[in-house]
Amino acid sequence: MKNITHNLEPVLQAKGLMKRYGTVVAMNGADFDLYPNEVLGVIGDNGAGKTTLIRAISGATAPDHGVIELDGKLVNFHTPDDARNAGIETVYQNLALSPALSIADNMFLGREIREKGIMGKLFRKLDHKQMETFARDKLSELGLLTIQNINQAVETLSGGQRQGVAVARAAAFGSKVVIMDEPTAALGVKESRRVLDLIQDVKSKGIPIVLISHNMPHIFEVCDRIHIHRLGRRLCTVDPKIISMSDAVAMMTGAMEPPTEALDAR
Amino acid sequence: MSQSEFETNLNSADSAVAVFERDDRTFLSNVRNAVRNYPTLVPALVLIVSILIFGIIAPRFLSPGVLSLVLQQVTVIGIVAIAQTLIILTAGIDLSVGAILVLSTFVMGRLSVSYGVPLPIAIAAGMAIGTLMGAFNGFLVAKIKLPPFIVTLGTLSVFTALKLWYSGSESIRNSDIEANAPSLLWFGEAAARPFGATITYGGIALILLAAVFWFILQHTAWGRHVYAIGDDPEAAALSGIKTDRTLISVYAVAGLICGFGAWVAIGRVGSISPISFEEINLATITAVVIGGTSLFGGRGSIPGSVLGALIVGVFTTGLSLAGVDDYWQMFAVGNLVLIAVALDQWLRRATQ
Repeated sequence: MKNITHNLEPVLQAKGLMKRYGTVVAMNGADFDLYPNEVLGVIGDNGAGKTTLIRAISGATAPDHGVIELDGKLVNFHTPDDARNAGIETVYQNLALSPALSIADNMFLGREIREKGIMGKLFRKLDHKQMETFARDKLSELGLLTIQNINQAVETLSGGQRQGVAVARAAAFGSKVVIMDEPTAALGVKESRRVLDLIQDVKSKGIPIVLISHNMPHIFEVCDRIHIHRLGRRLCTVDPKIISMSDAVAMMTGAMEPPTEALDAR
Repeated sequence: MSQSEFETNLNSADSAVAVFERDDRTFLSNVRNAVRNYPTLVPALVLIVSILIFGIIAPRFLSPGVLSLVLQQVTVIGIVAIAQTLIILTAGIDLSVGAILVLSTFVMGRLSVSYGVPLPIAIAAGMAIGTLMGAFNGFLVAKIKLPPFIVTLGTLSVFTALKLWYSGSESIRNSDIEANAPSLLWFGEAAARPFGATITYGGIALILLAAVFWFILQHTAWGRHVYAIGDDPEAAALSGIKTDRTLISVYAVAGLICGFGAWVAIGRVGSISPISFEEINLATITAVVIGGTSLFGGRGSIPGSVLGALIVGVFTTGLSLAGVDDYWQMFAVGNLVLIAVALDQWLRRATQ
């Protein structure tokens, strides 16, 4: 598998991203590569600029400098919608759900399906039935059908169920890349397991995943490569099969220089 | 699927993940859930109960004539309350609706009465001016990122000044309108008189407009986006909604509704006066709040606001028929607002 991916071009690549907020430098020449069919972990200490990097590749923040390429083509994301239209779906840490709206409404927020025929064309009537069916299918795929009513408001769900809705939305619509920012941070052990299994499900559909997390066991379990972010840039990428958790943490906090043999060959 | 060591016992664990059987099935929580799921339930019940109570206090109140009078009285407030609802659903507020309304009446009146412009053009111009003023509010809120309260407080003065300047502080008399542009008064005419009630075209327009905007909010993408923006603007933006554009369109549509309301208002009042409808800003906010729409955005409905306007109408008419002084009517409506807001807070707390 490693030999195959070696020869592949990255799906998503960023070079020399810079972002300044006033006097704070959030990204200082950050690079990023995501290869087909892999789960890439992104780790870094608080304030290392992980979130800004992820916001840049998901279109939520426009970098001051640097380029982002998707499938080798230069892309310019100004809004999350641009990234979504390009096939990049993001599960944000705050989930980006509207609490008062229903599960089905939330799954389709910003890309609603209209009814066919005159009601849809002329009166722009939404096809609630189709959206509900789709949402129910996606949620049952993820084993989340303890939810009784697809029309219940998201605010009536537990933290884990909300996470499930957000992940289901990303998995359903992400065609090129799925980005997950701390998907297990708010979850219990069993619910975390669900999400980790889900990451494997999405990967088996052939969609590469970027996983940002502080949970080292989770990162080391599901990731094929780990991108270590430090001081606004990529320090190195490492292979979790070669390097230990404590070394990864040491590198990420600056207690240890990245040893050259542990560096990923790519 | 590999598991970490600490998870090896998971397979034998209870597989029913996160089942949410609520254990608080008390009467009160059932009521609370019902109200949350059907937010127009409360204003509908309040309306029915208050009609019955006033019917007992003042038997004359239950006559078709008086009840239809209530509908006539709240026609303009109800229409503008629809505009106000759209804005409050986005967690905004519009204090300038009254000024937009009256300025639009003058554009329609001046063009058709004083300059002899054909009526459809005069009405379209009035509604266009209303839309433009609303869009200006929306631009300031969405693009310049000013708080809606401050924006519309400012434009309230600006539009009021423009209104006084354009009207020359003079009214357009009923006789002039009847002579030059009688169709401007059409919404004030009776469409039907069943059992001594008088149903005006304006009253019908209110009901139809409410139905149209209920449909738009519930069954179009734009409507869902209005709720999402009021609920959590950041989540809405991250979900791919063009929040700025949607916000501007909400304020513009509110201006358009006020422009339409202007036409209805001319028919209702019969003349056009620069000092009419000065208290409609607060009256519409009152109707919206009593109708169960949350001032914090994202929750509420159009039918609720129309019911809210009717409740205020029933209270004021009912109390005056019962011989209660004006200030006690005001006292009662004020209390209704406080109760409505307290109820909203109680519902919100239940969701957190």
